Amino acid sequence: MSHPSESALAHGTPHQGEHHDEHVNHGSLRSYLTGFTLAAVLTIIPFWLVMGHVLSSTLVTTLIVLGLAAAQIVVHVVYFLHLDTKSEKGWNMLAFIFTMVLVVIVLGASVWVMYNENANMMPMSPQYMNHQQGS
Amino acid sequence: MNTIAIDTDHSEPRDFLCLKEEHPHNGTLLGFWLYLMSDCFIFAALFACIAVFGTSYAGGPSARDVFDLPGLAVNTALLLISSVTFGFAMLEMARERKRAMLAWLAVSGVLAACFVGLEIHEFVTMIADGAGPGRSAFLSSFFTLVGTHGLHVTVGVLWLIVLMVQLGKHGLTEANRRRLMCLSMFWHFLDLVWVGVFSYVYLVGVLR
Repeated sequence: MSHPSESALAHGTPHQGEHHDEHVNHGSLRSYLTGFTLAAVLTIIPFWLVMGHVLSSTLVTTLIVLGLAAAQIVVHVVYFLHLDTKSEKGWNMLAFIFTMVLVVIVLGASVWVMYNENANMMPMSPQYMNHQQGS
Repeated sequence: MNTIAIDTDHSEPRDFLCLKEEHPHNGTLLGFWLYLMSDCFIFAALFACIAVFGTSYAGGPSARDVFDLPGLAVNTALLLISSVTFGFAMLEMARERKRAMLAWLAVSGVLAACFVGLEIHEFVTMIADGAGPGRSAFLSSFFTLVGTHGLHVTVGVLWLIVLMVQLGKHGLTEANRRRLMCLSMFWHFLDLVWVGVFSYVYLVGVLR
């Protein structure tokens, strides 16, 4: 499978008087179709798992769904957003990595902190207790 | 005379600072990418809300009660296909085929508009069933996250319409290409965020 940036169609026809960035990558038909196929498979599997109640353990299903979502995000970034180490001389990749690190910190820390807050709280309202038992 | 002195009467303009520093030729695409990354933070904060409030039903309807998974599958398919057809439009742009490009852009716009329409229908149905954003913390965070995403898609569709008029009037000028590349990034980015929404908010939501 060829990498999107290596495609012959990637740059189109050069124009006189235009200042096309050398690394602008529009992808190719093949990269879009590969991305679409992978994304479709990675979408159908979690829907099938959840709607068909395939696995008895909800924890395992949850972890698989989240894992497939992470994989699909990578597929989208590579095949649709054409992020590679060359785009915008590497600044795109740098900004992306920086953002992902902060997003993981924001999400992870929020869940961690709030879980602990919740666990260490005073006794809960009856309403909430009912839901804890129900789920 | 010092030979290192700055050569002021050099005929061509030249870089005399940071000769080796690699900078993008055109800053717009990088700037737009940075905007998208900042948008990531907005969505990350809203995802964090859902993660924290996901089971705070306040005695109201749970995720299992309010989510319509077959409808979600249709919505997801619409957005994914519109992402690919936008990619086809960009390929036609690279090949200088304006009519084909406009046709693919129109297809992408219609698919995204259908997505927004279905989402509005879902929201209206939920609110009519007493599962509005004021019902519980779970529903507040759900409406905020999914609504913010839907608002982004709506703005994307408006942007697409304006850009199609521009392209029809002025053709594939350099400025229009740049705008189209920005919109393309925006479009694919929103599809990427949707992957997180349907996986985490909906699918994991009904499992919690």
